[in-house]
Amino acid sequence: MTTMTTAELAIDPAVRAYVDQRLAELRARQPDDRVTLVVFSGELDRNLAALVIATGAAAMGLEVSVFYTFWGLSALKRQPTLRGKGLKEKLFALMTPSRLNRMPVSKMNFGGVGRLMLQSMMREKQVASVDELFAMARQLGVKLIACTMSMDVMGIAREELIDGVEVGGVATFLGDAARSRVALFV
Amino acid sequence: MAEYRTVDARGLKCPMPIVKAKKEIDAIPVGEVLRVIATDPGSVLDFQGWMKTSTSYELLKQEEGQDEQGRKTFVHLLRRKA
Repeated sequence: MTTMTTAELAIDPAVRAYVDQRLAELRARQPDDRVTLVVFSGELDRNLAALVIATGAAAMGLEVSVFYTFWGLSALKRQPTLRGKGLKEKLFALMTPSRLNRMPVSKMNFGGVGRLMLQSMMREKQVASVDELFAMARQLGVKLIACTMSMDVMGIAREELIDGVEVGGVATFLGDAARSRVALFV
Repeated sequence: MAEYRTVDARGLKCPMPIVKAKKEIDAIPVGEVLRVIATDPGSVLDFQGWMKTSTSYELLKQEEGQDEQGRKTFVHLLRRKA
């Protein structure tokens, strides 16, 4: 192999322009240091896992977006109201937990006894509660987004959700997920 | 040892040692060192993992020890670079 001189390396301006343009395109498509989660589950243990990832990632300096959809919306509820709801919507409001720490566990719930046991074991072992982690996530700037379609289906009004939550659809999720290094469905 | 600002994360479980350390390290001047004492054995790999995604901090040292209550501790020294 022969050594090239600087003169031989001189690049045609058209080639350089093409390379620069391709580089800019590729850079724009590079993922951000971002983590995107979908929380579909309304179960305490799964929400705990999602919140541990969200707070951990935010603490590590990653941008975090969490999309709450279907049963997951329970995590964002403030005070459910029955006013203005149809019968089925009322039933959904009554049958779904209205607080994160009242969610059932996904296994061995036994009418809520399993949840209480898990929560007491978590306390004994100094694991942060879902409420603490949720508060921490907000403090660390984790972006919370509620899925409008599932809110609509379940008859959940914006006013029933806590403040500081954005609402969006699948494109909002994909817009963040496509730029993420990590995207998870919980 | 004593001259470093210290975060006591003993007894705390994942993800709290990282969360607490992050809060504290952003409060110290650039170039300074933060010392984190944890009892969670997972914190050893966790701090290494954090450094993989961060350009603002570096992990100077990790060492195992024991506290006055006889608990096994993991001490992490982090420097704020930016």
